[in-house]
Amino acid sequence: MKLVYFSWIRERIGTGEEDVILPDSVDTVASLLEWLKSRGEEFEAALEHPDVVRIALDKEHVNDRETSLAGVKEIAIFPPMTGG
Amino acid sequence: MADRTIPEIRIQVEDFDISAEIAKLTEERGDIGAVVTFSGLCRDESGTLAALELEHYPGMANAEIKRFAEQAIERWDLCGLVAIHRYGKIKPGENIVLVIAASSHRQAAFDGANFLMDYLKTHAPFWKKEHLISGDTGEWVAAKDEDDHALSKWED
Repeated sequence: MKLVYFSWIRERIGTGEEDVILPDSVDTVASLLEWLKSRGEEFEAALEHPDVVRIALDKEHVNDRETSLAGVKEIAIFPPMTGG
Repeated sequence: MADRTIPEIRIQVEDFDISAEIAKLTEERGDIGAVVTFSGLCRDESGTLAALELEHYPGMANAEIKRFAEQAIERWDLCGLVAIHRYGKIKPGENIVLVIAASSHRQAAFDGANFLMDYLKTHAPFWKKEHLISGDTGEWVAAKDEDDHALSKWED
């Protein structure tokens, strides 16, 4: 699974992208975020406040944390956007 | 029945020429009676800002703006819709974003441009980081609640 990170979430994690093998138990957005936090302090710091963590699956915004990851190829994690 | 208008969406580093973009959109379009143009610029934050650095999610930025541009075209039957968003380092006074909406009559063009900007602000994956004149590491600009609240006027 390709994971991509942006903005200060990218800075706290320390990388803009990585390829990972997800454990079988990681099958929803919620379980992904929990698993990421367990990988280290940098992830805990980046994902500490859920209200400023946004997710896109295959480049589409997803609001429901229970959304399944089945068939997804790319997951992006980023703070609220400030374009325009 | 006219074919559905196709929006032009560009995500680019380079600056844009507003007059040239309007001219291109309206060339040989006798059906266009109204053109509304919005451009967003980089402010100087009371003289403290050296530059904004705009990060974006390639592919998704274009797709999200296109999604809402298509909605605007359908909802207001626009004759034309252009959206250009820059990324990279942008200095105070420089252009950041351009939206041009064209229609037969003015209300559709005003509403279409307004709608697209409201959705671009809340859904297009760009993030701004401030670089200060002092040389200090700047902050990432925070999203504003009022931008989310602005969407409610478009929902029936």
